[in-house]
Amino acid sequence: MFFNSLLTNFAALEVGQHLYWQIGNIRLHGQVFLTSWILLGALLVFISLGTKKMENDPKGLQNLLEFLWDYIRDLARTQIGEKVYRDWMPFIGTLFLFVFVSNWGGALIPWRLIKLPSGELGAPTADINTTIALALLVSLSYFYAGLSNKGWRYFEYYVHPTPIMLPFKILEDFTKPLSLSFRLFGNILADELVVGVLVFLVPLILPIPVMFLGLFTSAIQALIFATLAAYYIGEAVEEHH
Amino acid sequence: MLAFNFFGATEGGLFDINATLPLMAIQVVALTYILNSLFFKPVGNVVEKREKFVSNNIIEAKNKLSEVKKLEADLLMQLQSARTEAQRIVSEAENESDKLYKEALELANNEANASKEKARLAIESQTTAARDQLSKQADDLSELIVNRLILEK
Repeated sequence: MFFNSLLTNFAALEVGQHLYWQIGNIRLHGQVFLTSWILLGALLVFISLGTKKMENDPKGLQNLLEFLWDYIRDLARTQIGEKVYRDWMPFIGTLFLFVFVSNWGGALIPWRLIKLPSGELGAPTADINTTIALALLVSLSYFYAGLSNKGWRYFEYYVHPTPIMLPFKILEDFTKPLSLSFRLFGNILADELVVGVLVFLVPLILPIPVMFLGLFTSAIQALIFATLAAYYIGEAVEEHH
Repeated sequence: MLAFNFFGATEGGLFDINATLPLMAIQVVALTYILNSLFFKPVGNVVEKREKFVSNNIIEAKNKLSEVKKLEADLLMQLQSARTEAQRIVSEAENESDKLYKEALELANNEANASKEKARLAIESQTTAARDQLSKQADDLSELIVNRLILEK
């Protein structure tokens, strides 16, 4: 009985419901774009405010942005290496910021208060389309990084250290985007669902630790996504002898 | 349209993949360019300029420090040589004064000896003269005595 009622209530959380936008004969998940535009707008406003008046002695927001920049540079430099990290730092940083802002925005802003005709607003990264888009961009990037840095020698990587590795390395090209996208998607969606169910069952106090855990996971997922993306690019440009 | 629905529904579902995917990819690529020109480039310029400034200052300070150390060592060496020079001059002067003192002493001694000798000679000659005179007077006196005695007889 209880389980049944839970299931129907679970359905009330509207899992897998989307706000469809129809443009010509293509269909879009409107709620994903709405939240991502709001969050990215906020991010861009924040960044424009911080970089409006750059000084040699950083103050306030500029300090925070410089810390963030340094953090991203360290991440890119340790994973990609001194030689080419500059080319990829904006991409890695954008991935990190996009995932982080999406995750935290989804967790911190009470989107549920805004009623949509269908579906509900939430973290853009809780939609499989977003995470697959990010993961495919990472795949394209590391192929591009490898080919542009080493030319056709990039494919030596597939038979390194022995040709026995060839099938595994080819398989890796498929598992990398798959694991990237599903890890992010699963973590964020699971967090939203757990918090949603807990809020539904015990609306007081109890969800708060889980919400904090959700914030923690969200930040960690952003870091993991960016680090792995940088690692894959680093692996592709690495010179092995 | 690429769409496969896991949860049975003809529309929607968790794994509903549609045109959201490529549009989101385009959006992220656009965001990369926007963030690059709005965030990564300007902040990077400022941070790297400052890092360069700091490292330049550190190098300059290190150069100055080594220069100071070199000067200090130089000064110490000069001080050392001045000290030995002074010592040398002092000992030289001491030797010289010693020598002068000895010379003066010897000269004075010689002079004293010479005058002593002269005085001794003078005393000796006067003694002999006095003795001669005395013996002559004694002779005269004895002659006188002898004459008187002879005359009285």
